[in-house]
Amino acid sequence: MKKLSLLLVLVLVFSVFAMGCGGSSDDAAADESAAGDNVIKIGVFEPASGDNGAGGKQETLGIQYANEMCPTVEIDGVEYQVQLEIVDNESSTDKGPTAAQNLVSKGVSIVLGSYGSGVSIAASDIFADAGIPALGVTCTNPQVTEGNDHYFRICFLDPFQGTVLANFAKDKFQAKTAYALAKLGDDYSVGLCNYFKQAFEGLGGTVVYETFPDGNSDFTSYVANAAKANADVFFAPVSTEAAALIIDQASAQNLQMPILAGDTWDSNVITGAAKGKNVDINVTTFYQEGGNPEFDEGIKAWIEGNSTNLANNGGNTDLAAVTAMGYDAYFTALEAIKLAGSADPADVMAALPNVEYEGVTGLITFNEIGDANRTTAYVKHCNTDEGIWEFVAEQGVE
Amino acid sequence: MDFFRDNLPYILAGISVGGQYALIAIGYTMVYGILRLINFAHGDMFMIAGLMGVYAVTWMPLYLAIPFVIIFTVVLGFLIERAAYRPLRNAPRMSVMISAIGVSYLLQNLALYVTGGLTKTYPTIPWISNTVTVFGATTKVVTIVTPILTIALVVLLMILIHKTKIGMAMRAVSRDFETSRLMGIQIDSVISMTFIIGSFLAAVGSILYFSNYTGVMPTAGAMPGLKAFVAAVFGGIGSIPGAVIGAFIIGICENIIKGMGLTTFSDAFTFAFLIIILIVRPSGLFGEKNIDKV
Amino acid sequence: MTKQKKWLLSCIAIAAFLGVVFLLEQTIPKSSNWSMLFTVLEKGSIYALVAVSMNLVNGFTGLFSLGQAGFMLIGAYTYAIFTIPPDQRASVYQYFDGGIITFMLPAIPSIILAGIVAGFFAFLIGLPVLRLKSDYLAIASLGFAEILRAIFQWDKLGPITNGSNLLRKFTTYHTSLYPIIAAGICIAIIVLVINSSYGRAFKAIREDEIAAEAMGINLFKHKEMSFVISSFFAGIGGALLAMFQTTIQASVFRAALTYEFLLIVVIGGMGSVTGSIIASYLFIACREWWLRFLDSEQYIGDFKVPLLRAGFRNVVFSVVIMIIVLFFSRGIMGTNEFSWQGLGGLIRKIPTIPARLSRKFKKEAQVNE
Repeated sequence: MKKLSLLLVLVLVFSVFAMGCGGSSDDAAADESAAGDNVIKIGVFEPASGDNGAGGKQETLGIQYANEMCPTVEIDGVEYQVQLEIVDNESSTDKGPTAAQNLVSKGVSIVLGSYGSGVSIAASDIFADAGIPALGVTCTNPQVTEGNDHYFRICFLDPFQGTVLANFAKDKFQAKTAYALAKLGDDYSVGLCNYFKQAFEGLGGTVVYETFPDGNSDFTSYVANAAKANADVFFAPVSTEAAALIIDQASAQNLQMPILAGDTWDSNVITGAAKGKNVDINVTTFYQEGGNPEFDEGIKAWIEGNSTNLANNGGNTDLAAVTAMGYDAYFTALEAIKLAGSADPADVMAALPNVEYEGVTGLITFNEIGDANRTTAYVKHCNTDEGIWEFVAEQGVE
Repeated sequence: MDFFRDNLPYILAGISVGGQYALIAIGYTMVYGILRLINFAHGDMFMIAGLMGVYAVTWMPLYLAIPFVIIFTVVLGFLIERAAYRPLRNAPRMSVMISAIGVSYLLQNLALYVTGGLTKTYPTIPWISNTVTVFGATTKVVTIVTPILTIALVVLLMILIHKTKIGMAMRAVSRDFETSRLMGIQIDSVISMTFIIGSFLAAVGSILYFSNYTGVMPTAGAMPGLKAFVAAVFGGIGSIPGAVIGAFIIGICENIIKGMGLTTFSDAFTFAFLIIILIVRPSGLFGEKNIDKV
Repeated sequence: MTKQKKWLLSCIAIAAFLGVVFLLEQTIPKSSNWSMLFTVLEKGSIYALVAVSMNLVNGFTGLFSLGQAGFMLIGAYTYAIFTIPPDQRASVYQYFDGGIITFMLPAIPSIILAGIVAGFFAFLIGLPVLRLKSDYLAIASLGFAEILRAIFQWDKLGPITNGSNLLRKFTTYHTSLYPIIAAGICIAIIVLVINSSYGRAFKAIREDEIAAEAMGINLFKHKEMSFVISSFFAGIGGALLAMFQTTIQASVFRAALTYEFLLIVVIGGMGSVTGSIIASYLFIACREWWLRFLDSEQYIGDFKVPLLRAGFRNVVFSVVIMIIVLFFSRGIMGTNEFSWQGLGGLIRKIPTIPARLSRKFKKEAQVNE
């Protein structure tokens, strides 16, 4: 009982602490509104740790930069301050829902995110229950928006991406056998491998499909399996964490086949890992650096100017496509708020299907499911001498 | 011969990863032998050693960084024992184990905080990161170095345990904790020494492991730690040669399973193997049979 | 206090608690800071159920089992698989042609089924595993949990389990009262088991296996019974967790999840049901709610609090856990249970806490010297 009493004291202290903090942020909001600055909150539901931490941070950077560029929105002649509420979903489908509930409890008008399809699918119902619209930035799995009225997205989908990659493997490398590697329990990589397999087998090729379990960092045997299967391409649309290890092993074992991957690999983590190594890496992605020089220059200066941002971008200013996508997502959300003429989640949701926005990654419009109408992907090749991406082709599907 | 050539990459990978598991497993098995404690934090010590390696090379040249990492890990291991296990010496065994889980939690979360959740790339160590071709299979030098170094360290360790005074004290304590205390053995210093040796080997293991698999993330220690522990149980917990042999068997089997295309089950197989051994030989391959006294 | 009076008091307290939760739920909007309270209540109740079920095996029977995550996995999957509406299956099982199950069951039978399936697997696993001693039992049960996870992620079982992909669109609850009441009923049943003659046999095994056997207790039968009952409720906990999360995936049920429950059980006190429940709520509240402000920059006036950034919450959380483990090694409740007399005594003692605390620390300082 003595301990229980001590504990009670602890609880009291904690709750005062928590309430104090909750209170202080409320006060801050109250102060601002008193000053005539109304606040609209936009939730940022992105991973900052876990498997997709690196990508999630880069995507968040784009959103933060956009917020800095355009921190206000005008509705009916009143200027509103846009405040980002950022939570870390830890790239995990069990931590994601509580992080989502946290966003809901902050009273956000719309949610942006997430990088990684699994967490987006996992949190989807939480947003649906709260009646808050969500705008997927780079979650490419069809299940994110399918059958949901509240989930939209501005990127292309995996069936499309899988087909593009299969065509590319066939046309560019005359591949007959492909080795596909996905991570168990990762809806993104498993999904993309499946669509790639369908498309590639449709083209008359064969696919050897394998998965690696969570926590695996030994890819020696997978690389050896690909060599044993006499594959012509190595397809591994996995998270950047695993990708760096795969590249290292592929180079160590002198894997003589091109590596193909999807949008996650378009990151300076990959170019950093591949620099000076004997590997041939090709990826499909949303944006080619140089597509909008003005944006590129601005965001690079912004990233360079702040050590935290620089660290979040992986230590250099190489732009990832997800950063550009994050930037566009923010402005698409603002567009929706303007169109709705209100910050009420329900109004924003109703306005979203009619949004049209010309972003740095192209024109963004939504179809009846809530997916962006995108018909092209960019193919990039990694220049391993300099550790940079080189543009190869713009690819669509007939 | 064809079988050998086809499977050589897997066997090489298995031997190498087995050696690295062995170095971690010794830490588990020695601590268990003396304290009857599953030191759940040991795998995370291994991860912290890896992370320290990443940071150390940015502060100092490589020839200083390697000894620094080893010393740092040894000091950390010593301090953790002091802070988290010694105060609970007379508490129920379960409390110590929970303390170990707590330390593991803390180390992982600290690493997560420090790295900001990003995977750090382990520095390239000249020579052992180079590639070589062995019987037609291309691999890193570290793959070849690991088993040799592991065996050399184990031989040294066996000499330490069987020929020195502190080694004798260790054997005495693991045989009977209470009696050896009555015989005037400084239990605390023996335990500290155990943690120091365990941490030293984990640090060496981390250098080898992360030179081969270059990503250091906060959870990087969890799976190798668990597998090393399985190896220790497999070989008979408390027995150092048992842990080493267990580690090599697990490393090789795991990679052959992957080579057979059963990649989903590569981890599960390790545990299935363990359970079968435990049922057939409840105290592991080389473990001593415990007889309960009433 | 008479027995009837205590019963009455307990019933009133429970009814009042549920009533308050119901009222709060009606009044607090989702977009308020306080809506996290419901997250804590829901997840805390589910964790409490699993923690109590783990306590039954580890605390009351003295078996060191680490298989809880595996049994939760079975429960969660059983529940999810049988409650996905047939018209949604094509979308959920998109890589497996809609799966091979074409019907759905109502929620409550599915929850019970989840428990039964988990219990059945526990029965099978228990046959070999429960013959092992202490730490060997721990590592073997942990191993089985990992094996189960791999099996549920296996492609070949995809038409049933959807491979390693998320299961979603299954029936969920719409009020916080649902998991609270469900977990409450289950915990009440566990308490009844603990207080029955079986429960006394479990405790006898915990205290001394050999003596218990000599007293005529069938060791294996009782261990198996405790293990199966515990797993049954862990399965139900898994089903409720699936409902809470609205999606479920095998990769969630790692060994780390079991460690969380082990921490809760020990923080609450091995062998105390009340302790496990209190510890569960505190654990979830700290991690998901109270400490979350540590993850973002905070200002006190104009002063920017240093160190605060993503991840700091978890560091503080683990330090708090270490402090509890080191300084309260018997847990919050030890092996005591909640009682009205105890509470009365506690309230009377509150004014004397500072004095008693200082006395305690003085005593400890003396001991250390």
